[in-house]
Order: sequence, then structure tokens, then C-alpha cells
Amino acid sequence: MSKVITITSGKGGVGKTTTSAAFATGLAQRGNKTVVIDFDVGLRNLDLIMGVERRVVFDFINVINGDANLNQALIKDKRVDNLYIFPTSQTRDKDALSKEGVERVINELRDNFDYIICDSPAGIEHGALTALYHADAAIIVTNPEVSSVRDSDRILGMLASKSRRAEENEAPVDEYLLLTRYSPERVERGEMLSIEDVQEILSVPLIGVIPESEAVLKASNTGMPVILDTESTAGIAYGDAVARFLGEQREMRFLKTQKKSLLRTLFGKA
Amino acid sequence: MMMSIMERLFRKRNDTASVAKERLQIVLAHERAGRTAPDFLPLLQKELLSVVAKYLEVEDEMIKITLEKAGEVSVLEINVELDKARIRKSLPIATEGKPIETKKAAAGI
Repeated sequence: MSKVITITSGKGGVGKTTTSAAFATGLAQRGNKTVVIDFDVGLRNLDLIMGVERRVVFDFINVINGDANLNQALIKDKRVDNLYIFPTSQTRDKDALSKEGVERVINELRDNFDYIICDSPAGIEHGALTALYHADAAIIVTNPEVSSVRDSDRILGMLASKSRRAEENEAPVDEYLLLTRYSPERVERGEMLSIEDVQEILSVPLIGVIPESEAVLKASNTGMPVILDTESTAGIAYGDAVARFLGEQREMRFLKTQKKSLLRTLFGKA
Repeated sequence: MMMSIMERLFRKRNDTASVAKERLQIVLAHERAGRTAPDFLPLLQKELLSVVAKYLEVEDEMIKITLEKAGEVSVLEINVELDKARIRKSLPIATEGKPIETKKAAAGI
């Protein structure tokens, strides 16, 4: 059965689009037919992160308005089979995402895909609420930092009250916490909230911890989802998170501080 | 919820993470309580005011309703400030001699 997964956070800049790209790619790599939709109308960016910015012809709003059909708007990924990117529009009309229109498109996608990943915009306005409305599962992307944790709590409240599942009294949305930009060194020094701290505050099951990594910026520079960088800690951690989402048991990695030898400090990679 | 004395004593001088955790726990406890407040409170306030207003000359700001949670118990507190209010000269029952017509405060909401 088809599943809608919303990647959300409340706060901006915590890694929603990076996570959406990574999760969609990871799910597709494992043989699931997957589409990733950009809900950030007016601030299109998923196309850049996925490296398909020059292939956008039609977008989400075109399909909602009936100016194009799904097949014309979906961009097939050239690296990974089963992966499709659904870009959003650059229109400034925030209300372009009509409730009926979005519902029609989501239902059509449900008929054709195993997983529909919704990349939510920041905030708690119309776009973010529309992105979480259809969610069967939600991944709450959180940085170990006060404003991000507070906003995640707010979004959890929204999922519990404003989602379709809540409105129609169905089973609640499956919620998962993904901690990003985590630095074990700073946690050890008492400068950063630990995994346990954030989990205790939010009480949501942890799906993964993505360590702070230079690979994330490098990946976005080149338009490659970071999960494809299997040399990087972030890429491997995203791979683990996807595996856990699909029910595999995997130990959390990269949570210990690395004691660097002099040689590694001089010549080693971060 | 509050940090134990031991934890406070042995907190490293530059341990700002535990400060962050404590602040978050306090602010979120507040915000979560506000979020679960039923949305009928403003309407209840309005209806109560209209009942009180039949007998006393009261202004909007003289009635306050709060819902507070203390542990397991929720307390609905209704405060009507009476010292400034004057009894209406014509009470509904005295003048009309028939059952009080209750105005629908909810009308149009």
C-alpha cells in the first residue's frame, strides 16, 4: 500500500530538503517506486538539491490547475531507478495549493507510487499545513538546539490536530525524530543537547542521527543527494535511517567522539 | 523536572546544554498546556457575560476565565469583578413578570 511521508520541522534550515532528497533516494534504491514533492511554493529548491534544476518544465501548481498532467511534470532521476522528482512552482501566490487540488494529485500519486515524500516548507502556514495534511508518517527533522526543538514540538502538535488522520479520527500519523547536524564532540563538552535530552523532551522514536558533516554542503553543491556519498558519515547515517524506517534493526553510528592520532589530525579526513 | 541539587553542583562551568534542556522543558510545559486548552473558552466567557449582564451593569473586561492545569487536576476559574458593577434598575423578572428570555450569545459565531 502506498504511503505518504512528510518531512517537516517548523524551523527553517535544519535539513528538511536534504533529508527529503536522501530519504526518497534511499527508498528508491531499495526498489520502492518513490516520488519526492516540493511543497515550498515560491521557494523551489528540491530541484537544485536533486540536481534536476535544468529539467523542470511543468510543476506542482501546473498539475493542480490542470495545465499539465503528472507524467509531464514528474522528472525521472537518471542515477536511481524508481525515483521521481516533482518540482514546485516559483509563483508568489501562496494559496496556489488548493485543498481539493492537492488531494486529487496525492490520490493520483498514491495509485502509482509506493512512497510519496512531501518536502515541507518551514513555518506553520498554509504550505506547511498542506504538506502535513496527507501524511501517513512524518519525519521531524531537528537540530540539537533550543529553537529547533521548540518548533519541532509545535509541529508535533499540528500533526496531532491538523492532519487528515486527526480530522477523520483515523490512527494517528507515525512520527519519527531525525536528529541532524549532531556533533558528539560538542555534546561531550556540554555545549550541545544530547540525543537523550532531545528525545526526553520530544518523546518521539528516533529514526536516525545525522552527524555534522562537510559532505552535506559538497553534495548540495553538486546536486547529488548526500545518501549517494557512501564514503561520508552523513551519507551512511541516512542509509541507516532509511533501513530503520523499513523495519531493519541498525545500531546508531558516529555517536562517539573520535580520538584523533597526531598522524590522522595531520593527514586524515574529517 | 527541575534539576537535582547534585546535578547543579556538579555541572561543568561551560555546560550550557543542561541550561538549554531546562529552559526547553519549562517553556514547552507552558506551551503544551496552552495548546490543549479547549477552544470553547472565549464563547463560554461571552455567554457568561451576557447572563451576568442581565442583572449587573458589567463591561467585557470585568469577567475573566482561565483554565489551569496543576498536575492531574484542571481548574476552570471564573472571576467576575463586582465592586464596580451596579445592579440593573430593571431586572428582567421584575419588569416583565414572565420567564426570562435567554439571548443566544452564540448567535452568529
